[in-house]
Amino acid sequence: MPLTPSYPQLLLRGLLAGLVAGLLAGTFAHLAGEPHINAAIAIEEAGAPAGDAIVSRDVQSGPGLFLATGLYGVALGGILATAYTVLRRRLHTGSDTTAALSLAAAALTGIVLVPYLKYPPNPPAVGDPATIDQRTAAYLAAVALGLVAVWAAALAARTQTHPWARATAAAAAFLVVVTIAYTLLPTFHEVPDDFPATLLWDFRISSLGTQTILWTALGLGFAGLLARLTHRTETPATVP
Amino acid sequence: MPKAQALTTPTISTRLLATAAGVTGIMLLLAYLVAFDQGALSQSGTYLHELMHDGRHLLGVPCH
Ligand SMILES: [Zn+2]
Repeated sequence: MPLTPSYPQLLLRGLLAGLVAGLLAGTFAHLAGEPHINAAIAIEEAGAPAGDAIVSRDVQSGPGLFLATGLYGVALGGILATAYTVLRRRLHTGSDTTAALSLAAAALTGIVLVPYLKYPPNPPAVGDPATIDQRTAAYLAAVALGLVAVWAAALAARTQTHPWARATAAAAAFLVVVTIAYTLLPTFHEVPDDFPATLLWDFRISSLGTQTILWTALGLGFAGLLARLTHRTETPATVP
Repeated sequence: MPKAQALTTPTISTRLLATAAGVTGIMLLLAYLVAFDQGALSQSGTYLHELMHDGRHLLGVPCH
């Protein structure tokens, strides 16, 4: 007898896993990312001293950072649980863990990696305020196209039966969509010539780490809570 | 098939889809609040925007 958790049960687990994942990512961001943000702000202020800040640096780099990653994690957790609820039956796998982790991996690829490689994130002091609206729109378009690329890969895999052919078809479809997307999306050159290359690199790696930890912890956390739900619901009744 | 442990998901009814769409909308608003809002949504001036400034950078969102 299959177990059918309700959507609220699934959603609650997604939100919880998202909160924990967001706080974990925030911890990494605080330890690994903040030194680079502070260094970039020091460069920025050397060029143009800022006026009185509304929020102090200590609050931005501590509670503010954890609030941001925590809320972002909750939002992504809710979206993951909703996608799981709606798409679970189409994922053609008997394993809930595989289904949950596949969705998280797809999201990490489409929402993080595809936009990241086209528009690598920048620390403070990099970026022309005049183009922020165009860059924001382009970033959102890259996220959307990243999800389209992942979807195209999943559809292409279904056209084949042999595992090798499935993987090759998925990779080809993904690359075609990403190549077209990268060609169509605008390019921005916004790093000042004299900005330290190592600082830029270190910041970008810490940002990638933050986002990877968020999605990995979210996928594992959600899958783990699903497994507990199965276990708990099944224990009273004897499974044949 | 060895999938006695698998859960199924609720049947996809129109009502479930409507709820799921509503929840997705709320979640996107929450993500927007963190990533892009400059006070229009939060009605806090730029306080929340400034408060979550470092998170925006490290979450890979264009900031300024
Ligand atoms: Zn900024």
